Amino acid sequence: MYIYDDIDQRNIDERVAQYRNQTRRYLAGELTDDEFRPLRLQNGLYIQRHAPMMRIAVPYGLMNARQLRKLADITRRYDKGYGHFSTRQNFQLNWPKLEDTPDILAELATVQMHAIQTSGSCVRAITTDQFAGVAPDEIVDPRPFIEILRQWSSFHPEFAGLPRKFKIAVNGARNDRALVLAHDIGLELYKDATGEMAVRVFAGGGLGRTPILGIKIREHLEWQHALTYCAAILRVYNLHGRRDNAFKARIKILAKALGAEEFARQVEAEWAYLKDGPNTIMQAEYDRVASFFKPDRYAKLPEHDASFDAAVAANPAFAAWAKRNVHAHKIPGYRAVTLSLKKTGSPPGDITHQQMDAVAELIERYSFGELRVSHEQNLILADVRLSDLHAVWEQTRAIGLATPNIGLLTDIICCPGGDFCSLANAKSIPIAQAIQEKFDDLDYLHDIGDFELNISGCMNSCGHQHVGHIGVLGVDKDNSEWYQITIGGKQGSDASLGTVIGPSFAASEVPGVIEKLIAVYITHRTDEERFIDTVRRIGVAPFKAHVYAKEAA
Amino acid sequence: MSRIVPSRIIKNNAIIDDEWTLVHLAPPAEEVVRKQAGKVVIFRITGEPAATPEQIAETVIPDTGKIIIPLTVWLARKDALSARFALGEIGVWLDSFEPLEELTGSLADINSLPLIAINFPRFVDGRGFSMAALLRTRYGYKNELRSIGDVLRDQLFYMKRCGFDAYAIRADKPAEEALASLRDFSEPYQGAVDNPLPVWRRHARVAHHALAGSRIAMRHEDEVD
Repeated sequence: MYIYDDIDQRNIDERVAQYRNQTRRYLAGELTDDEFRPLRLQNGLYIQRHAPMMRIAVPYGLMNARQLRKLADITRRYDKGYGHFSTRQNFQLNWPKLEDTPDILAELATVQMHAIQTSGSCVRAITTDQFAGVAPDEIVDPRPFIEILRQWSSFHPEFAGLPRKFKIAVNGARNDRALVLAHDIGLELYKDATGEMAVRVFAGGGLGRTPILGIKIREHLEWQHALTYCAAILRVYNLHGRRDNAFKARIKILAKALGAEEFARQVEAEWAYLKDGPNTIMQAEYDRVASFFKPDRYAKLPEHDASFDAAVAANPAFAAWAKRNVHAHKIPGYRAVTLSLKKTGSPPGDITHQQMDAVAELIERYSFGELRVSHEQNLILADVRLSDLHAVWEQTRAIGLATPNIGLLTDIICCPGGDFCSLANAKSIPIAQAIQEKFDDLDYLHDIGDFELNISGCMNSCGHQHVGHIGVLGVDKDNSEWYQITIGGKQGSDASLGTVIGPSFAASEVPGVIEKLIAVYITHRTDEERFIDTVRRIGVAPFKAHVYAKEAA
Repeated sequence: MSRIVPSRIIKNNAIIDDEWTLVHLAPPAEEVVRKQAGKVVIFRITGEPAATPEQIAETVIPDTGKIIIPLTVWLARKDALSARFALGEIGVWLDSFEPLEELTGSLADINSLPLIAINFPRFVDGRGFSMAALLRTRYGYKNELRSIGDVLRDQLFYMKRCGFDAYAIRADKPAEEALASLRDFSEPYQGAVDNPLPVWRRHARVAHHALAGSRIAMRHEDEVD
């Protein structure tokens, strides 16, 4: 993975010093709440229901063992011994003290970590595919490109006060696992007819209150121009995005108001001035950054491993895990492994300090000392030898991270919700847990098959409910918590937004509603059809009819 | 609307006495408070009218001395002010929602203005950053570019990088302390107005990882094998 040079290190050290001074002035009463708010937000600090919440950047979801141990250590010393991996591939502390936050950032800086621009009205941490660099369907490893984008967007002076938050995602594979259509800018890397890396540019996507899928504004951009092109998009947005209403301030609203063509025209007109300027990416810099991600560390291994095959045949529990939690790898003899943070009884994405320390041991032993975080809020060991899989299973089982439910109904994406977040209208974690408890039969879960169930406690949609096959959204009606259900959402290259099935439900009704929706699917599905395929084929009506059917008298 | 009249400003990394007088628009006949989603609307959308003809007509301009006048007043009274303009006594300020082209289109040579100021109605309104960058790069403006309004030290570094060279720090804040923030970062990553070169064109960045990387890989091999 990328290792800082002196320049990177100086930048984050100076950032800590700047923030320490700002916090000191705030605590001394020299800065008002309003003046301090954007400063702390751009350092990851929210003021939440119980305490500040601190969002630590894990750039493109990649970290090493030393960084993971530091996070564990921070949760022990400054928090309650656990943390939360979010849908932005970041790590969140739930209970830090405001006075401690400069020290926490200083600790993070010692392991090349930070919380820069993890919130606030600026370019946020850039996300990607959790299988970047190892996925068999990958065309271009997006990580060097994202690292260059990350550096360019850090403290970008012109885009430090945007109308609203701004999220960029990059995908380099045939199947989009980065949700590029649901981002303010989505970049798809591919090889053009000449074999050169090129970029397909989408803009104006986003979830939240008004979910909109991004529009393609350029089919082919030479990669060298990515920074100037993003600058053109951001400049059009910075100058013309609405600032009179926070709910209409995202770029998607501007793009929609102008229309796709006019929006693209304005971006292109702006870019004409910036194209070929000094921010055009040099080959030498690309090569320097790419040298950190070279696939030259793998051993030459056979395609098959007899001990693995034997263990699968002998042990159904291991076989179930291998089926759901083990993923193909582009290098023969290697596999990627997902550690599930979706065990029934623990809030989705939560992890204890003991688990983090244990995972640090595991990645050092089995996966080049590196860990990935997925936007589905799970952890990935990306480079495990086939012959090590059984040992990894046993050791992750011992720490409660081997639930064989990856991609199944209980692998729920879920925001922290009303238990923690001051923005939330409703709780989300108890809903996830009630659903997990309802569907506790693993055979049934496997029979239901690939499933994405996403839950958010409010319109801000941190739980990505719009793109869940089933989405659950907490809403506030007369000061009580209700849940709106959507079906037919999907992430990926053929992304779609879910349709609301009807009036909202009380919390206690939600698991039963999910059960009814599944029953309709089981009745109507054809062989090989996933829930989402059935919804797309037969439409929402049969689901709606069954869920809202009056009980027979 | 509060009148913010700083007597001292930061210019070129020093605190100096201000020789310019900032002229505000006459208040509107009727102050309209707009609300959306229950909240008072603070910002105007880019391109919204900045002043009524009455406001422009009623704006009082001092008879002598160097003055910074609102864009709308400049556009309306350009001819009447031509003599003072020729003497270099006229500067123009724009609000964050006013189109830059209305100013640049009103002059044969943007550098015939000795001073342009951009108002930050609230410090979180980042439009002024893009406006400054455009004035410096696209329109080739070389004279004083001043930030006015809700100008606080924690935004100064960004302002400097976008091409501002003068800052009227909000009157209730000490300008002396603000000076330090102009040096918050020593090697910013991206090229901007103050230095168009990104860090990788400023320095030969070498990947120091060759050694560290092989060490990590070796340790892995040792433990596995």
